[in-house]
Amino acid sequence: MEQFKEIWRTFRRRPMGIVGGLTLLSVVFVAIFAPWLAPYDPDEKIDVEPGDLLAPPDAGHLLGRDDAGKDVLSQLIYGARVSLTVGFVASFMSMFIGTTVGLVAGYYGGRIGNALMRLVDFLMVIPDLPLMLVIISLWGRGLWKIILVIGLLGWTYTARLVRSQVLSIKERQFILRARAIGAGSPRIIARHIFPQVLPIILAEAVLSISGAIIAESSLSFLGLGDPTLISWGMMLNFAFERAISRMAWWFLLPPGFAIIWVSLGLVLMGSTLEEIVNPRLKSHHLFDARRMVALVAGESANQRVNE
Amino acid sequence: MALLEVRNLSVDYLTDDGTALHAVEDVSFSLEQARSLGLVGESGCGKTTTMLGMLRLLPAEGRIVSGEVRYRSLQNAHSPRLGGVPREVDLLRLSEREMRKYRWNRIAIVFQGAMNALNPVRRVGDQIAEPIMLHGAVDRTTASERVVELLELVGITPEMARQYPHQYSGGMRQRAMTAMALACSPDILIADEPTTALDVMIQAQILDLFQHLQEQLGLSIILVTHDLGVVAEICDDVLVMYGGRTAEYASVDTIYNEPLHPYTQRLMEAFPDIDSPALKTSLASIPGYPPPLDALPAGCRFEPRCYCKSDICAVESPPLLAVKPGHYVACHQVRD
Repeated sequence: MEQFKEIWRTFRRRPMGIVGGLTLLSVVFVAIFAPWLAPYDPDEKIDVEPGDLLAPPDAGHLLGRDDAGKDVLSQLIYGARVSLTVGFVASFMSMFIGTTVGLVAGYYGGRIGNALMRLVDFLMVIPDLPLMLVIISLWGRGLWKIILVIGLLGWTYTARLVRSQVLSIKERQFILRARAIGAGSPRIIARHIFPQVLPIILAEAVLSISGAIIAESSLSFLGLGDPTLISWGMMLNFAFERAISRMAWWFLLPPGFAIIWVSLGLVLMGSTLEEIVNPRLKSHHLFDARRMVALVAGESANQRVNE
Repeated sequence: MALLEVRNLSVDYLTDDGTALHAVEDVSFSLEQARSLGLVGESGCGKTTTMLGMLRLLPAEGRIVSGEVRYRSLQNAHSPRLGGVPREVDLLRLSEREMRKYRWNRIAIVFQGAMNALNPVRRVGDQIAEPIMLHGAVDRTTASERVVELLELVGITPEMARQYPHQYSGGMRQRAMTAMALACSPDILIADEPTTALDVMIQAQILDLFQHLQEQLGLSIILVTHDLGVVAEICDDVLVMYGGRTAEYASVDTIYNEPLHPYTQRLMEAFPDIDSPALKTSLASIPGYPPPLDALPAGCRFEPRCYCKSDICAVESPPLLAVKPGHYVACHQVRD
């Protein structure tokens, strides 16, 4: 746990990361409290006048209405739930598979490791989006199918990252010591190697959530989203097909900005975390002048308290 | 029979193109209970490889070519994992699963640069408890009581068990590793360069601790070092290795007072004599380097650097012969 405290200490001094975190939190908040925040039920069948269709924003409908006369703001608020569900679940799946593959390939190496890494290369070479399109159009549309497809195709980079870390960690002396105390391989992986790669996986997970959200939005935008749910991608799809010719910008822009908002937050937060935990991206502590000053100031403050 | 007997152990390292480099050749020694053996020699002459080979902890490129490591456990009654039966085994013939039960439980090793052998992200106390729980089948409470005992034994306050390795000083980490090595009350402690990179005060503390443990617990120690002062202080027997082979093997008194192998003699001369420093105005050194593993001399390994070689030395490798009971030398010059 010490390592997470350490990461938090560095993280909280990075404005970029904090902004990203707050951005993400705002979306999580909206998704959780959607029923209280949304002014209308987005699925409610309402009687509409012909003039309500694609009505521009007014006091009752802050973001106007869509082509069926439904409130755009409410759809946007509920859409956060779909995006975050897809993002978190698919990313968790990817992280789980990627970490397992990376740990096994890195630790055991040899033929198993080689086979696994060739599979990774193979999957990496195929462009994700066209492959997802093909699978979804063959398999059918549905929220869980989309989550599965994104989750099952998104683990390759994580596997490589974890493997490269494991390759370096397993040469360190405390791993030899763990073998010398009579520990078996599963124990060494779980107790000694996994805790070392966990922070890196965490940073990678945050970045991969944004990837998953964008993938879901792209699929929905291309008309392969779950037809029973309103997601941001789906809204874009409808708006693009039906509203753009009528210049109904209030239907097109909000979901676009929502996607940008959440992915920007995740990327800001994820890259800050990655910068902290990934040794390759870490700048030398001597170059980070501000941190050193802060450290010295903190220390003298401590000393004063002790005295 | 002795507690541990290593017979004709040979270890090769395989290179990428498939050539085998002979890192250790035909090394034999034995270790009695409560005695200690010093393994000395320059860097790169196979000391650590011999130890790792014994425990089958060689890196992936290492191969044990031949030999036996016979170990007769005396105290299996205390090790539930070994079934409580004393028996004699050849460690090199055990299955990996069986072997794991002997590691640390009966033979513990403190590695070179032990300060790096602690996992930086786990509490020191938890790490010392790990082998106890692994081998002793005890619960967490019993294990942490034992951790407190062990830390006191090596002179670390028990509160430090909750700290992380980076909060320890180098000497404390070394002592924590020694505490960990004693966790399962092993018969044998292998200490690989236990005092390198430590200042003289801490060195003395660690060595005192070893002697103390040996008297108190009847521990047998194998000390891998190139510090002859340390060997003189602690060891009963000395094995001098050169180029992966045994150069000389005898009791510590014999090695220091009547060394026969030219390499041992030179090593002794290269060491300052604290009692009569005036007698040696300058320290001798041995010109040259130990042979690289991929270009070992055809005959005696020491021949290129030897000062009393003859023609045969360059051609034929000298066999290890007993010149007296308990004094073995591998040199053509001392055959008679």
